Amino acid sequence: MFPKGTKRKFSDSGEEPVSSSDQGQAASSAAAARTLSSSYSLQRQSLLDMSLIKLQLCHMLVEPNLCRSVLIANTVRQIQEEMTQDGTWQIMTQALAAAQCPADRLVATEVLCRQTDAAAQAGQSPKPFSGDVETEVTMSTLSPVSPQLSSASYLAGPFGEQVFGTFEIKHPAPPPDPALEELFSDVDPSYYDLDTVLTGMQSAPKMGPYDLLESLSSHGPTALSSSSSCRSDLNELDHIMEIIVGS
Amino acid sequence: MSSLQWNLTRQGTCWPRGDKGGRVVIFQRETESKGESEEVGDTGDSGEYNVYSTFQSHEPDFDYLKSLEIEEKINKIRWLPQQNAAHFLLSTNDKTIKLWKVSERDKRPEGYNLKDEEGRLKDISTITSLQVPVLKPTDLMVEVRPRRVFANGHTYHVNSISVNSDGETYLSADDLRINMWHLGITDRSFNIVDIKPANMEDLTEVITAAEFHPHHCHLFVYSSSKGTLRLCDMRASALCDKHTKLFEEPEDPGSRSFFSEIISSVSDVKFSHSGRYLLTRDYLTAKVWDLNMDKGPVETYQVHEYLRSKLCSLYENDCIFDKFECVWNSSDSVIMTGAYNSFFRMFDRETGRGVTLEAWRESSKPRAVLRTRRVYTGGKRRRGDVGVDSLDFTKKILHMAWHPSENIIAIAATNNLYIFQDRVNPETQTQ
Repeated sequence: MFPKGTKRKFSDSGEEPVSSSDQGQAASSAAAARTLSSSYSLQRQSLLDMSLIKLQLCHMLVEPNLCRSVLIANTVRQIQEEMTQDGTWQIMTQALAAAQCPADRLVATEVLCRQTDAAAQAGQSPKPFSGDVETEVTMSTLSPVSPQLSSASYLAGPFGEQVFGTFEIKHPAPPPDPALEELFSDVDPSYYDLDTVLTGMQSAPKMGPYDLLESLSSHGPTALSSSSSCRSDLNELDHIMEIIVGS
Repeated sequence: MSSLQWNLTRQGTCWPRGDKGGRVVIFQRETESKGESEEVGDTGDSGEYNVYSTFQSHEPDFDYLKSLEIEEKINKIRWLPQQNAAHFLLSTNDKTIKLWKVSERDKRPEGYNLKDEEGRLKDISTITSLQVPVLKPTDLMVEVRPRRVFANGHTYHVNSISVNSDGETYLSADDLRINMWHLGITDRSFNIVDIKPANMEDLTEVITAAEFHPHHCHLFVYSSSKGTLRLCDMRASALCDKHTKLFEEPEDPGSRSFFSEIISSVSDVKFSHSGRYLLTRDYLTAKVWDLNMDKGPVETYQVHEYLRSKLCSLYENDCIFDKFECVWNSSDSVIMTGAYNSFFRMFDRETGRGVTLEAWRESSKPRAVLRTRRVYTGGKRRRGDVGVDSLDFTKKILHMAWHPSENIIAIAATNNLYIFQDRVNPETQTQ
């Protein structure tokens, strides 16, 4: 039922303070974390990851389904609330801040969202996640699927910031992925500009997450490969990619 | 197949089937006279159904403003109450609702004075006498014509349409809004419910279904993704954002999980024919609510409780988001809903007992008696039991309809339509 072989880097590190008892600060959150069985937190983490992937894929569905997106987002919020109460959320975000997230991960969303508005909002703090969030919000207002609730537009609050950060966690820490860099090296940024998006080239926004997804499937959890819906999405995207590349 | 509904006509019975391609197919029951039949109440029908008419309801469209394709897939069909010889039905895709007139022509006027048989004008000098044109029978021709197009009323995907008991208005509901239309006016609609938050980031609940009360033209109900039902009275205010009654079952803290909200989302809501009860379907159960009691359902029927332990897999493969419909029989004594593996469930409200039936061509020949099926959940295993892990989740029975006065049901299964008839009690005993 649950994906096997999932890398549990940060929930493992979340459990570490439990063993090092001299950490006074971590003690209170550790006490909470200790009450959770590790299998439960594993399951919860896996559910969180799965939900975030689903939200990302919502953009790429032929028929974006608002009800489904709302239900998945509520599930994510619920998990986040519980993890915040347990203190495991703090641990995760702290670990995330400590980890060096590879810059190329951010390229994916940046390429997606390269709009003139994004430049205007570049005055925001250079923190990676708020940057992502801002550009994702821009994308959501300009993307073809904007009437449908894009996950980003309501992940954009403080919740969204952390959730987005969590999503990034799924990619293992450095070294930067050469495959991903290669993928983006010959992509023409102007391909994703405002005009292209608004003239209905839905395949454009799909490219970003698709590549992200591809990198996910190469390093990420087997949850993805075991999900038949993801596989069928990938098949569709293969087809779309062929068309794009072919033209 | 995306929507079914029965109607009752003088000749027979027909219902439309909206499918992904935007086509509506109307079937009609063939009647043959069986002069020597001794069965009381036997209409003498052969039980065969043929295609009465088929028409293209919606075409694929493109929203230029949002650069979005609008699918022609029909989400819902509803017949209007019949007022004259013609039948009217409403069909909707994600954005646009259309009113169709289905009429028959089996007569043709002949003997015009000024035109000949082919319709060409006659030379007046050749006319020596006057005749009265007469109607002569011809082959039956079914004409379906679009009469109204109700466009631009919805920003989000339309999930329900419901004709009011006044016969003049209807409602259409999308994820966040409900509009009321007059059947004769296409350029205006009234927004009667709007749950769109000022900030879309705050969105946590959507409308999943809506229906007018069968008798009271001022009452309607809508269901939400959080498992609530709201009864609204249009006399209270123009915008019915404040419900008259809120129906919600208190959550059982013992069975709470991360999937609790998703499985509580109501996929379909139907008033009983009496107008006294509501039938709702959520992922694992079907519930009957008494309009006079908003604290909780009066009856709960387990459709496939054995799936509760599989919710995570069903979330992973998206099956947990499947929207099953539910229906009442004509006397409100039986309710029916679909499940997986081509199974559907019928519950007798008086006894509370449920039965599982299968809509699958391989296992049922025409006119064969449907045998009941069982999903094995423990205890003594009987022959024919199906294990939970062998259920085919791609074979889902989402859409179904029960004839308004007879014990005939229509079940949509993937690409097939099944019609089942109760031979023992063809007419429902009315109370």
